[in-house]
Amino acid sequence: MIKTVVMERKPLSLSERTYLPQIASGLKTTFSNLFKKKVTLQYPEQRPSIPSGYRGVPTLVKDPNGREKCVSCQLCEFVCPPKAIRITPGHVPEDDEERSHVEKAPEEFEINMLRCIYCGYCEEVCPEEAIFLQENYSLSGYSREEMINNKEELYELGGTLPDKHFKWDKKKADEESGNAH
Amino acid sequence: MDIELIQMLALKVTYAVVMVSVVMSIAGYTVLAERKVCAWMQGRVGPNRTVLPFVSAIPIIGPFLRNLGMFQPLADGLKFLFKEEIVPGHVNKFYYYLSPIVALVPALTTMTVLPFGEFTNAEGHTTPLVLANVDLGILFVFAISSLGVYGIVLAGWSSNSKYPFLGGIRSSAQMISYELAMGLSVLPVFLWVNAPGMTESGLSLVSIVNSQENAPWLVLIQPFSAFLFLIALFAETNRLPFDMPESETDLVGGFHTEYGSFKFGIFFVAEYAHVVIGSAIFTTLFLGGWHFLPWVADPWAPGLIGSLLGVGWFLAKTFCLIFFFIWVRWTLPRFRYDQVMKLGWAKLLPLALVNLIFYVILVTYLDQAAAS
Repeated sequence: MIKTVVMERKPLSLSERTYLPQIASGLKTTFSNLFKKKVTLQYPEQRPSIPSGYRGVPTLVKDPNGREKCVSCQLCEFVCPPKAIRITPGHVPEDDEERSHVEKAPEEFEINMLRCIYCGYCEEVCPEEAIFLQENYSLSGYSREEMINNKEELYELGGTLPDKHFKWDKKKADEESGNAH
Repeated sequence: MDIELIQMLALKVTYAVVMVSVVMSIAGYTVLAERKVCAWMQGRVGPNRTVLPFVSAIPIIGPFLRNLGMFQPLADGLKFLFKEEIVPGHVNKFYYYLSPIVALVPALTTMTVLPFGEFTNAEGHTTPLVLANVDLGILFVFAISSLGVYGIVLAGWSSNSKYPFLGGIRSSAQMISYELAMGLSVLPVFLWVNAPGMTESGLSLVSIVNSQENAPWLVLIQPFSAFLFLIALFAETNRLPFDMPESETDLVGGFHTEYGSFKFGIFFVAEYAHVVIGSAIFTTLFLGGWHFLPWVADPWAPGLIGSLLGVGWFLAKTFCLIFFFIWVRWTLPRFRYDQVMKLGWAKLLPLALVNLIFYVILVTYLDQAAAS
C-alpha cells in the first residue's frame, strides 16, 4: 500500500504575492525567445527530410532493365485491407523477346488513394518486389476519379529502383547451365 | 459665413482626416506587429507571404518587406471587407448594427485632444500639434475612452446568446473597477505639475508634456503612479492579462462571437486603436511626450525639421509602449474573472488611494517648505 504524501506548500512571500518578479522573469524569457532560431519549415520551398522506411504513396517499379516487374499474381489485391487495389490480369504475348521470362503482366493496375491506408502490406507481400511505398507524401486531386492511380501513373510515380536479387537473371542463368528447378 | 471660417473649417477637417488615417494605419500595423512578435516569441516566422506584385520585383527590399509581412494588413482588411455579411436570426438588429460603431467612435474621438508634437515658427511662437488643445484634456480622454465599453456591452447584449452576454457583463464590470484606479493614479501627476511655484497649469495634456522638458520624466518622479496607470491601461484596453470580454478559451470569442466580416473588423480595429491611443497617452503623461530624454534639452532646433523629429520621437516612444503591450500579452496567462475583480477593488484601488494621499502630503510639504 502506497501512502499518499501531502506536500506542505510554503506560504507565498510578499514579493511572490505581487507576481511582479515572476512576471519580470517571464518577460525576460519571452524576450530572449524573440532572437532564437525559428523552427518553421517554409514548406513548399523547403521539404522535410524523409526517414528511411517511410511509407508514402504506393507505386509500381520497373527492374534495372526497364522491364515491368509485376506479374499480376494479385497477392497485393488479396492482402490489401481496405481493398484499394484492383488488378486486371493479362498475358504477355509469346513473341515478346524482352519479357519472355514471365507469362503474365497486369493489363490494368489501379490503386484507389481514397481507400489506401498506407499500411504497406502490398509491399510486404509482393513476391516480385514490384510495389513500393516510396517517399511521396503529398497527393491531391480535384475529383474522386483523379485520386485513382492507374497503371501508367503508378509507373510514373515509381520509376526504377535498383534490384537487389536479379531473380529472373539468376533463373535464366540456372536454366542455361541445366540447373533449372 | 465668411471665407476665413470656411478655410479654417476645411483645414481642421483635413487635419482630422489625416490624423484618423494615420492612427488607423498604425492600428492596422499594430495587428501585424502583434502577429509577428507573437510568432517570434513562439519560435515561428509569422506572416511572410503577402506581397504586392510590383514590390516583389524590387531586388533586396521586395523580399525583405515580404518577409516582414508589410502588406499583410492590406490583405486582412480586404478579407474583412469582402467576406459575406452574416446576421444571425436571433439578434436585435438595430443594436447589433450600432455596437461596432459605438465601439469605434470613442477610440477615434480621444485622439482629438492628444498632442503629438509642437511647432515653433520663426518668431519663436510655439503651437502644440493637436487637433483640439482643450484645457481639460485628460478629463476628456477619460470621459470618452470609457464610453468604448458601451460598444462591447451593446454587442454582448444585442447578440442575444450566452457567451457574448457573459463577455459584455464582464467587460462592464471590469471597466467600472479599473476606471477608478486609473483616474486616481493620474491625480498625483496633476497635483505635482500644478503645484504652486510651477509655471504650467491646467489639466491640458500639452502642459503635462511641457512640464517634462529639461526635467525628469514623470515616470521617474512618480514611478508608482505610472505603474498603477499602466495596469489600469491594460485593463481598459482589454488586453491580456485582463481580456475578460474576449477570453477565447472560455467564452468562444466573447462579445464578438456573433459578429463576422467587416463588423468584426471594426471591433478588431477599435481594440487596437485603443491600444495605440492608450500608449500615446501614457507617453504624454509619463514619458515626456515629444521631448528628448530626461534632463536633456531637445537636440533638434525649433522649426519644421525640429517639430518633425519631435513627432518622430513621440511615435518611437509610443511604438515601444505598443511593443510592451504585445510583449506582455504573449507572456502572461489570463487572470480568472474573480481575480480581476479582486485585484481591481481590493488591491489597485487602495494602492491608488495611498499613492494619492502620499503625494498630497508630499506636495503640501514641499509647498510649505517653498513658502517659508
